[in-house]
Amino acid sequence: MRLNAENLSAHRGEDLIFSNISFNLTAGEALLLTGPNGSGKSTLLKVVAGLMRPASGRVFWQAEPAETGLPVREVCHYLGHRNAMKPELSVAENLGFWRAFLCDRPGGTGLSIGEAAAAVELEAILHLPFGYLSAGQQRRMAFAKLLVAHRPVWLLDEPTAALDVAAEALFARLIRDHLGRGGLVVAATHQPLDLVAAHRLEMKGFQYAETGEDFA
Amino acid sequence: MTESLAIRKFSDLANPTRFLAIAERVLPWLAGLCCLLFALGLTLAFTTEGDYQQGDTVRIMYIHVPAAWLSMMCYSVMALSALGTLVWRHPLADVSHKAAAPLGAAFTLVALVTGSLWGKPMWGTWWVWDARLTSVFILFLMYLGLIALNRAMDDPSRAARVSAVLILVGFVNIPIIKFSVDWWNTLHQPASVIRMGGPTIDAEFLRPLIVMALAFTLLFFTLHIMAIRNEIWRRRVATQRRMAARLAGRGD
Amino acid sequence: MTALLLRDLKLSIRAGGGALIGILFFMTVVAVIPFGVGPDLNLLSRIGPAIVWIGALLAALLGLDRMFQADRDDGSLDLLLMQEHPLVLTVLVKCLAHWLANVLPLVIASPLLGLFMNMSEVAIGAVMLTLLVGSPALTFIGAVGAAVSVTLPRGGLLVSILVLPLCIPVLIFGVSAAYAAVEDPAPFLPPFLILTAITMFFAVLGPAGAALALRNAGD
Repeated sequence: MRLNAENLSAHRGEDLIFSNISFNLTAGEALLLTGPNGSGKSTLLKVVAGLMRPASGRVFWQAEPAETGLPVREVCHYLGHRNAMKPELSVAENLGFWRAFLCDRPGGTGLSIGEAAAAVELEAILHLPFGYLSAGQQRRMAFAKLLVAHRPVWLLDEPTAALDVAAEALFARLIRDHLGRGGLVVAATHQPLDLVAAHRLEMKGFQYAETGEDFA
Repeated sequence: MTESLAIRKFSDLANPTRFLAIAERVLPWLAGLCCLLFALGLTLAFTTEGDYQQGDTVRIMYIHVPAAWLSMMCYSVMALSALGTLVWRHPLADVSHKAAAPLGAAFTLVALVTGSLWGKPMWGTWWVWDARLTSVFILFLMYLGLIALNRAMDDPSRAARVSAVLILVGFVNIPIIKFSVDWWNTLHQPASVIRMGGPTIDAEFLRPLIVMALAFTLLFFTLHIMAIRNEIWRRRVATQRRMAARLAGRGD
Repeated sequence: MTALLLRDLKLSIRAGGGALIGILFFMTVVAVIPFGVGPDLNLLSRIGPAIVWIGALLAALLGLDRMFQADRDDGSLDLLLMQEHPLVLTVLVKCLAHWLANVLPLVIASPLLGLFMNMSEVAIGAVMLTLLVGSPALTFIGAVGAAVSVTLPRGGLLVSILVLPLCIPVLIFGVSAAYAAVEDPAPFLPPFLILTAITMFFAVLGPAGAALALRNAGD
């Protein structure tokens, strides 16, 4: 499994946000995007997720023959700034909907709703409306959404915003588990996340410098 | 008894717990009395003779008139509660006018539907834009608007204050609407519509009417107290769920 | 897909009662007409079908702007866009859910307003039938407007302005079919079939256009 990005650049209106970013990740590898606000971390994630069209370059996914043709967005989980959960519905209904809507990729291992909630240590409040939860709990439940349907690639935009230290450690552990199972992670974050095999990409506005090892 | 209860509700029952305790004691009696009056009223309504002109359709009046009367009384109760919300900041008043709105809408709907059922054989049409009908219909729309407003807001106490303002504006506005409709209607009243002649009410009709009116009033207060109780319970459940969410966060 | 339909229906029931507000708006608009034209029952019964249709059209536009915006506000839209179900189908299901929750209640309420307008039983039936067949087209056209204005902060008014002109054919054939059922010389079937054709046409074009707009509205 390989996630490749070649010479990506993106505009917002007339502004060039970044240009000529390339990377490739294989199974079990993580890429951490760092950099000041406005340097284009979120934009890069959106481009990879297929939510924004790159001005140039392309992102593609290589895996077993059956999956190679898939657009990248199909193999990704995207956790943006917003949680994509409805405050009026209960947590279980929210997770149940995403579980049914996202479906598992063939051979994937999506957890049940209860297991996913247990993984973020909030199984006791599945029955409550999502709107009753505190910001940190909402974030954790949004993260549980990544577990109910399996996707090899996780795109995480500031996953640990609004979280306390314990929950940060929890997230880091879940991300490491995902990598351990051969998943890929691209995360925009300032937290170190205690990852071993992490590449780093420091974004500096429309120039960028890389400090990782093997960028093409 | 019912009147004193309504008054007590605004003065004495500052705290919901005491209200719940009193409601627990009063409700069975109120409901029992209400059933009794309904039994009596309906028996009277169906044993009295029909009007020689209207036949059996006149019996609709025993439902229609009390319902129409209550649709207005309910609004008055809501206006009083709204005053309680805005002037005395009474938590129970918030609940009271919120609970009364669906009841008022229901009674108004009953009045409209029964009136319409009566109008079809009597006037030959389901509906005329007569002054009285029109103003009752506007009242119905106002009830529905208040319900929609209450449902649209998350924070109950803010919703209560805002809808209290609307209720009071509506209360002042209703006479104005009534007058303007009267004025508008006298200009354009089509000749084709037979006006409601109305039988001169004699004791024969008056007795069941009064009993039914009392029964409906009791029904309103029974349902109103039950609705308030349900709303208090609903809010307590919501509070406990929020608490549960907070506790779950603290646990780990 | 069923999950999406169920979720949207649940949401519309729990969140603020959009259907209730739609019906209320419908009733208010229709109820205001007699104040303007006077309570002449003959006149009202003559213009009744048109009034009910226009009222339903305006009420159907009411909740339209929230169709995709609510999902965009909490980030769900991003995830919906990423899944290739295909997207046209996703939009179609969202349209169906919107129609079931917000427009079907209007159709059900329309006979009541027909009574207020002193319309005959045949006219009431005809209006209800034409609304039932024609109103999905309003939702499908509206979906394009909603998708185009999804990123705008105050899209509600704009959606109405964008969508109303496109709804004119639906209105024309809906009202003429309703009148044809009442007035003898005009045949009922031709305008009614054209109305059906318009709905089916927009059932394809609407979701496709909306899907295209959503893909390009990404920010």
